[in-house]
Amino acid sequence: MMEIFNNPLIYFVIIPLLTLLGLAFCNNRGMRAIRAVAVTGAVALVALAIYLVCLFLQARAAGDTSEMILQSKVMWYAPFNIELALGVDGVSVVMILLSAFIVFAGVFASWKMNPLPKQFFLWFFLLSTGVFGFFISIDLFTMFMFYEVALIPMYLLIGVWGSGNKNYSAMKLTLMLMGSSAFLMLGLIGIYFHSSADGNLTMNILEIAHNDAIPHQWQLYLFPLTFVGFGVLGAMFPFHTWSPDGHASAPTAVSMLHAGVLMKLGGYGCFRIAIYLMPFAASELAWIFLTLTGISIVYGAFSACVQTDLKYINAYSSVSHCGMVLFAILMFNTTAMTGAVLQMLSHGLMTALFFALIGMIYGRTHTRDIRDMGGMMHIMPYLGVGYVIAGLASLGLPGLSGFAAEMTIFFGSFENADVFRRVLTIMGASSIVITAVYILRVVAKLLFGEVQDEHHRTLTDASWDERLSTATLIVSVAIIGCFPNFFVNIISDSFLPVVNALKDYFPVAGM
Amino acid sequence: MDYSQFLMMPQEIGLLLVFLLVFVYDTFMPQRSQDKLPLFTAILFALYAIYSFVPGQMGQAFGGMFEANPATWVMKNILNLGVLLVILQAVKWSNEDHVAIRRGEFYELLLLTLLGMFLMISARHFLLFVIGLETASLPIAALAAFEKRYYESREAAAKYIFTAVFSSAIFMLGISFVYGISGSLYFTDIATSIIGHKSALLIAAVAFVIAGVGFKLSLVPFHLWTADVYQGAPTAVTSYLSVISKGAAAFSFLVILTQVFGSAYAQVWEWMLYALIILTITLGNLFAIRQRNLKRFLAFSSISQAGYIMLGIIAVNTTGLASMMYYILVYIFSNLAAFGVIGVIERATGKVSMDDYNGLFRTNPWLAFTMMLAMFSLGGIPPFAGFFSKFFIFVGACQQGSVAIYVLVLIALVNTIISLYYYLLVVKAMFLRQDDCSVPYIDSHWTEEIGLTVCVMGIIALGLASGVYTRLSDIADSVTGIFALI
Repeated sequence: MMEIFNNPLIYFVIIPLLTLLGLAFCNNRGMRAIRAVAVTGAVALVALAIYLVCLFLQARAAGDTSEMILQSKVMWYAPFNIELALGVDGVSVVMILLSAFIVFAGVFASWKMNPLPKQFFLWFFLLSTGVFGFFISIDLFTMFMFYEVALIPMYLLIGVWGSGNKNYSAMKLTLMLMGSSAFLMLGLIGIYFHSSADGNLTMNILEIAHNDAIPHQWQLYLFPLTFVGFGVLGAMFPFHTWSPDGHASAPTAVSMLHAGVLMKLGGYGCFRIAIYLMPFAASELAWIFLTLTGISIVYGAFSACVQTDLKYINAYSSVSHCGMVLFAILMFNTTAMTGAVLQMLSHGLMTALFFALIGMIYGRTHTRDIRDMGGMMHIMPYLGVGYVIAGLASLGLPGLSGFAAEMTIFFGSFENADVFRRVLTIMGASSIVITAVYILRVVAKLLFGEVQDEHHRTLTDASWDERLSTATLIVSVAIIGCFPNFFVNIISDSFLPVVNALKDYFPVAGM
Repeated sequence: MDYSQFLMMPQEIGLLLVFLLVFVYDTFMPQRSQDKLPLFTAILFALYAIYSFVPGQMGQAFGGMFEANPATWVMKNILNLGVLLVILQAVKWSNEDHVAIRRGEFYELLLLTLLGMFLMISARHFLLFVIGLETASLPIAALAAFEKRYYESREAAAKYIFTAVFSSAIFMLGISFVYGISGSLYFTDIATSIIGHKSALLIAAVAFVIAGVGFKLSLVPFHLWTADVYQGAPTAVTSYLSVISKGAAAFSFLVILTQVFGSAYAQVWEWMLYALIILTITLGNLFAIRQRNLKRFLAFSSISQAGYIMLGIIAVNTTGLASMMYYILVYIFSNLAAFGVIGVIERATGKVSMDDYNGLFRTNPWLAFTMMLAMFSLGGIPPFAGFFSKFFIFVGACQQGSVAIYVLVLIALVNTIISLYYYLLVVKAMFLRQDDCSVPYIDSHWTEEIGLTVCVMGIIALGLASGVYTRLSDIADSVTGIFALI
């Protein structure tokens, strides 16, 4: 029982919980104390995440080739073999790193949160608890539990601290995501009851994959349930409609965390549970979901072109970029999956940066409509430059993160020899051009256009907390863009088990 | 007569003693110490509830009429916990001027109905069962009319008594059919004589029995009394009705269906329950969306919750039994937390409409927090206990294995989303509508605070601490005989 506390992974859940506890003792008027507690928690998480990356590299360098490192488990609900089973592979490690950085940036982006800062950070850290718990778990039940823990704080975060049509958006987002998790729950129960041929049912993902006992007929029922369940969170067309409304109404830090991390839970879950555990159905039904995600990519990009609200533009751009993640995962080869994870990282940081900047601009101008703004580059040069960098990363400029990710994805996708996948790849790749259209349109209008409101000339540039928040993200985006190999080395061998499982059913190119 | 048989009913005897002591206190203590009666009852009942955790002798008594097994023992303890919470939450209310004169009766009738439910749970003979059923039903009418100066309260009592009597009549008609088939009223005798029996009479008998118990469980379409009675009755009585009476009925329902009609599972009652569950969950949910009065709102919510409890019965396996008992336990804590908050606010301000809860978080953060936890738990949101109980009851049902059950669980799951919508409406009123607050700060009584604190702790701890479910699962595994006929 106590051995689990020797596992560094468990502290990814314990630190946010301790932060919660610390915040509970704060007072709403004591802003300094609240900030101190929140920053301590966020810094501890970043430090732990970096330590984890070192541990992982060390283990791999020492020749540890096990599928997951740092495994440990404690029996929780013996009647159902539910365990608190921990373990990480390369993908989870980089996801944890991403989440830690975005939580860190999010804390600084909500530095002047008002009203009820204490409650805001309470829910914020509860959400992070769910996110980290999801990435460290390898047990179906605990993963699902943490997944839902991460969802429900969104309701209050958007409803209380949001803007615009927040009641509607909060309810829509919560119901759609919880609705998808209803399908997911049934899928997981079905997987559990077919997890083993000899009657030793288990919830442990590695054991289920090892048993490989889910009958093909059942896979065909369960795969769509799980894939759609996670796909909704990954903003898969036609279940993406919560995303623009939700992002538009959410407060800055919540948009950051939601687009940056929470939507990654969807892609990660599709990869780790749906495809890994049910390879037969995955290869049988891939064409349906490839079509849907292909539509997401193009449709999201086109929708972003006609929006005038900055947050809506980025929300639709998220639909497009997250569509690429699911699209690449469904290509079933190592290159494309590597690209998918790079894209998750890249999109997470880039979108968080976008939402942070939009929040800061909105905080000054009190409008997000690009028609009412212009010439921001002269008024607030720091924010303007940040916006340009985020935009260039989004449209895939070499040297920034988007390029590495998208190139890998489309190279990997094109490796498949069949016409269907190649046509879809070409279609998907066309979105890069559309992305350039809407990004450059916004940059031209918002940053270099004419000043629309004389009042805007008096506005100030970013303060130190805002600079810290955005600089963290900008540097991360550049690091991924310049040294993608560092991340590729961490994640690449995580795909072997999945690709091996798929090999029997799907002719994998390049294997 | 072998008096050692009474050793099998320590909980019933203990309860009877508590009742007698309360009665003596009420009748013979001087007027000035009468206002201590609620507290006296609460303490006495708490002692009794602790004592009843000591398991008595297990086995059958009185020629097989009464059975004590680990499952009945734990079920009675679960109900005891619930009643203790109800009593704690009623202490302050029952000392209010307009009901103080009758407060003794409130507690006495409450304890008597509980005794009736204990008999229902343990009965293995239909006559004893009917005695239990009537003892558990009729005094509730008197309780519902407790605030008789209100029209709604009187109306609730009238509605309750008519439907209760009517449902009892239908139930007894069913029993008489069963008697016609088997010539006995012992559960075991009936069970053996209907094996392989196929006739319209049996189907009618099962249908009437289901209808009779369905009234108590307020399954759709036997639910029409629920909303009016829940709304009109005093909140303490409503909370008692919604959790305790429902829990006892659900457990005895399972016992009757499996131990008496077990052999007719696939032919006769599986599809009946299937239809009832879908109707109950869906209609309960859909009607709940429209309610503005919180007591009516929780009435419909409790109808749909009864549908989820029934999933544990249709599972017909020990996982289902364990999950059902666990579900009832969690439901008791969550629902009593909700009713506790409603009771406090109603006592202090008389307001029960959802619109009155706007901005409650600003004036009464702890009450709002408790209510939010209750709503999250009822809606099945982790890490609160309601999530675990829902998950386990679905797992129990799916263990039955047929595709039809998976479809049923899917329908139930889709319904959890509808239910989440209206549970979030309450959260929305309390937290998101910060503009107008109509409820001022309320200074709640310490007994109410204890009751609510226990509920909150239960909601948080019951799921995370796996020991509770594991223990219930062990107990269910020790009574596999219940499902021998399936």
